[in-house]
Amino acid sequence: MLKQVEGSAAVAEAVALCRPEVICAYPISPQTHIVEALGRMVAAGTLTPCEFINVESEFAAMSVAIGASAAGARAYTATASQGLLFMAEAVYNAAGLGLPIVMTVANRAIGAPINIWNDHTDALSQRDCGWIQLFAEDNQEALDLHIQAFRLAEELSIPVMVCMDGFILTHAYERVDVPTQQQVDAYLPRYEPRQVLDPADPVSIGAMVGPDAFMEVRYLAHAKQRRTLELIPAWADEFRRVFGRDSGGLTHSYQIEDAETVVVALGSVLGTIKDTVDEMRARGVKIGVLGITCFRPWPTAAVRAALSGAARVVVLEKSLAVGLGGIISNNVAASWTGSSDLVHTVVAGLGGRAITKQSLHRVFGEAVAGSLEPLTFLDLDVDVVERVLAREREQRRSGPIAETILRELGVAATKIV
Amino acid sequence: MMFQVRIHGRGGQGVVTAAELLSVAAFREGRHAQAFPSFGSERTGAPVVAFCRIDDKPIRLREPVMAPDALIIQDPTLLHQVDVFAGLAPDGYILINTTRSFDELGLGELAAGRGADHLCTVPATEMAMRLVGRPVPNAALLGGFAALSGRISIDSVHAAIREKFPAKIAEANVAAAIEAWQYVTDEQREASRAQAG
Repeated sequence: MLKQVEGSAAVAEAVALCRPEVICAYPISPQTHIVEALGRMVAAGTLTPCEFINVESEFAAMSVAIGASAAGARAYTATASQGLLFMAEAVYNAAGLGLPIVMTVANRAIGAPINIWNDHTDALSQRDCGWIQLFAEDNQEALDLHIQAFRLAEELSIPVMVCMDGFILTHAYERVDVPTQQQVDAYLPRYEPRQVLDPADPVSIGAMVGPDAFMEVRYLAHAKQRRTLELIPAWADEFRRVFGRDSGGLTHSYQIEDAETVVVALGSVLGTIKDTVDEMRARGVKIGVLGITCFRPWPTAAVRAALSGAARVVVLEKSLAVGLGGIISNNVAASWTGSSDLVHTVVAGLGGRAITKQSLHRVFGEAVAGSLEPLTFLDLDVDVVERVLAREREQRRSGPIAETILRELGVAATKIV
Repeated sequence: MMFQVRIHGRGGQGVVTAAELLSVAAFREGRHAQAFPSFGSERTGAPVVAFCRIDDKPIRLREPVMAPDALIIQDPTLLHQVDVFAGLAPDGYILINTTRSFDELGLGELAAGRGADHLCTVPATEMAMRLVGRPVPNAALLGGFAALSGRISIDSVHAAIREKFPAKIAEANVAAAIEAWQYVTDEQREASRAQAG
């Protein structure tokens, strides 16, 4: 059924259609609307049987999800930013134990400085934790990926993180097609755990493992994730047959056939990039887009195949490996047979900085002209950076950097964007 | 063609809800629409911006609306604080919630350079106080916007309001939207008569 709803409401409906039995909720922007909506459904009795547990922290949220999942329940939670960091130990445990929890991460920057706006730093900080990480391009895909996530998680006994851009998607109202309960039931079978804490058939889960076996446990986790790369496209195909639309899979290519320049990105910025690419195509520029839907496991072969005809690659990422540069671009360069000198990293949109078509035209134009630096920070205010650096050279006690920059910029509240 | 609306107001005036309602109204007319807030710190009284894009095809663009085709200004005191007219298309629509005229607001020059049929002021807060009992002018302004721009029907605005609010609050807001729609329709008719005469 077509609806015009907020992204968070669309995701809450999708999660409810998946019949979760335990939802652990702790509020943090921009994720809160999702669990609030689910809480209302449980309170109203429209989502039943389901236990909605208000926990005391994100650490508790994931810990309760682990307990619920180990007891055989379909468990769901959602978080963002510092919340994800606070639950990090339990996030690793969920993966290490192989418990098929599904979690939404409403992507948001990580402090300090404190910032509630969108980038991908939170999810990418957990890229090696052993969860499958899927990134949604729009709210329809966010909705669809949650349905696929429960299927993936439970078939493989691996937890799945569905990442959607905080505010940009979670707080955007747009058209979504909400499937019927019958469709979701047809796609998502009842949860049959591979391991379960059952008093009638007792096992222990979470044994200490020494040097004699730890590497093997880790290897199996890796091997399982790599095998997932073969299964995800098949499940996306099945999703298309049941629901009638393309969602999920490993990657999405756009205008890539004859593209000399390929832009690689994750999440909602792909829409703005595609509009920019259409305008450049109209001027005869051979440019295309590769969207990464499945970031972990990293789809090495799919990325390599998609980039095989490219002369250069621009990786536009909302993340930064401080002291190195790009995170996504590092993964892309490792998957490309071309020279890593021709993989350009453009760090963009950190802390919610708007990514505009105008700026994308400029940076893609530079890439096509061969003048783009290996690492660029899109729309960086170079003047203010220079002033702060000069101050640090001149004064030993130059003061806190964030506050200095805010002073340099003046009051930002009156700006429109 | 994509039609982009930017709504300026203050926290507590229902700016984000206005964008949402506009998107729902457009959706009900079979169009694609995308509404989103500017994601600032939404404190009561602080300047707030929300956006709505309407198109006949799916909308992929996620940048803030920097070149709007229409502006809805829910609080005229923002005129002195925020560059609300930034990027407005030359033939863009302007609807301001105020009891005063463009001349009285010091916008006579701006108004003179634009067609009178694209500009209007409407006392939406007064209408809301009288009909809704609260100074929340957003529903009335959407009624006014429907009349000014013709981009959305007043019936769709009503339907969007009824979908969002409980019956009693919805009907009060629908009444405010109707009153503003009538007010702007009359103002526009008068303006076009003055122009013709």
